[in-house]
Amino acid sequence: MKDRFNNITEKIGFGILTLCLIVVVLIIVVIFTNITINGHSAISWDFITKAPTDGMTKGGIMPAIVGTFLVTIITAIFSIPLGMGCAIYLNEYAKQNLFTRIIRVSIRNLAGVPSIVYGLFGVMLFVELMHMGTCVLASGLTLSLMTLPTMITASEEALKNIPMSFREGSLALGATKWQAIRTNVLPYAIPGMLTGTILGLSRAAGETAPILFTGVAFYLPYLSKGLFDQFMALPYHLYIMATQHHDIMLVRPLAYGTAMVLIVLVFMMNLGAIILRYRLRKNRKE
Amino acid sequence: MKEASIHGCFLFNGLLVVLILVGIFSLLVWASIPAFKEISIKEFLFSSNWNPTSYVKPSYGILSMLVSTLIVTIGAMIFAVPISIGTAAFISDIASSRVREIAKPVVEILASIPSVVIGFIGITLVGPYIAKIFHLPDGLNAINGSILLGIMALPTIISLTEDALKSVPKSYTEASLALGATKWQTIIKVRIPAAASGIIAAIMLGMGRAIGETMTVLMATGCANAMPTGLTDSVRTMTSAIAIELGEVAYGSTHYYALFAVALALFLITFAVNLTADIIFNRRSKL
Repeated sequence: MKDRFNNITEKIGFGILTLCLIVVVLIIVVIFTNITINGHSAISWDFITKAPTDGMTKGGIMPAIVGTFLVTIITAIFSIPLGMGCAIYLNEYAKQNLFTRIIRVSIRNLAGVPSIVYGLFGVMLFVELMHMGTCVLASGLTLSLMTLPTMITASEEALKNIPMSFREGSLALGATKWQAIRTNVLPYAIPGMLTGTILGLSRAAGETAPILFTGVAFYLPYLSKGLFDQFMALPYHLYIMATQHHDIMLVRPLAYGTAMVLIVLVFMMNLGAIILRYRLRKNRKE
Repeated sequence: MKEASIHGCFLFNGLLVVLILVGIFSLLVWASIPAFKEISIKEFLFSSNWNPTSYVKPSYGILSMLVSTLIVTIGAMIFAVPISIGTAAFISDIASSRVREIAKPVVEILASIPSVVIGFIGITLVGPYIAKIFHLPDGLNAINGSILLGIMALPTIISLTEDALKSVPKSYTEASLALGATKWQTIIKVRIPAAASGIIAAIMLGMGRAIGETMTVLMATGCANAMPTGLTDSVRTMTSAIAIELGEVAYGSTHYYALFAVALALFLITFAVNLTADIIFNRRSKL
């Protein structure tokens, strides 16, 4: 009797847990289908390749796509080397002492700093104190600070996966520490670093709050002319179309279209990273 | 010589992270000082009247924003915590390795959806339903914000709870099963309690994310500038107040610096939450 009772409780319990996962999956499915169903009709060749016209009620989103690419590339240029460098220090050079512990606590806390706070920091440091003005470079730098913790954690994870023997073999042959790292560790760690890096950059590409006051423009009739020019960005464009436009209902289809382009872009980056990681794991097992 | 300089380079690189964190804090403090010359700290923290653009007497109390942030965050946790723990328990303890292989990337994809897209969903999809259920003119309020923030906190809590469950020693599970407990009893009475400190740390980190989230609450909570009285009220959180007002304020005014003071308060709150999570987490790993 007690066994049967336990059996039934177990079945109900497992059912509830399964339901939890189903809810999570459903949330994702609903978000993606809602945006695809409402957004696909707005997508056309013109939508991707033309600038907005008629007070942003017609035309495309090309400047926003280009702007998002530009700011993501700037973010990559600054955050990848710094992230890798910090990871190399922590995994290869650092000793287990107070200083290292402080660095690790700082990384975890930086990861928790709200994105809008990064935005204000960017305004003060890059826009005001360094006299850059609101521009794509200031936004890119702000985003690189924000993604730095992700980059470091991902790079260190990749370095940890390289067996100690790789380093020891090289050191035993008389290589210096840096030579061992450069020739026997980094080449094998870089693919792993790349997956985490792509995930970090996809997050940066979708962020709005850090660029809000550091360089993004409501509307630009031309493409950004350089690093010290303002830019349009997909997430900010979506925000404008969804809440700030003078005729929100009229531009709703365009907003859905923008949302769809944005999630497809981010989804592709994530899928790329996930596939890359899956392949790496398979190779390692073989 | 060369080796030493390379070592030095990497050391500086590590130091840079600490510098950034200290830099953010000190720059926020520095930018808030002009505001606190005009505003008393008591008014700032305990007055619920935030009206910097008043002609008669501008007031800078952040209490209503603090309460709004708190309401939305707690609402998000009520919704996110049970689902997250359930999902994490399913993935780590019940799912076959094939289901696990698929479920984990799916959770990651949820984490990758930009906050502005979630906010957009809040306006177009969640909002109308809330308006219908509660008979409101529009669905942009604290409940909407809570649901969306809950969704955004899910991936963080799920993956960290899963890690915590994974690190429960196998011997605990085996002992429980050997004593005749069912798998379900083992999960509920042994594994989850054993992982409790890790799960609490996971919840706190998810909370930290919800407190600091900007675009979603900016778009979906209506942003009315008043003391909230209930869940169906439109609320303005600290993050959305900064996002709305910094674009309109005159550079160098008290209002401008007051927004940096709000950011400082926000930074300190999230820092405290994250640091507490960190301490809980590390104490567990020492055991």
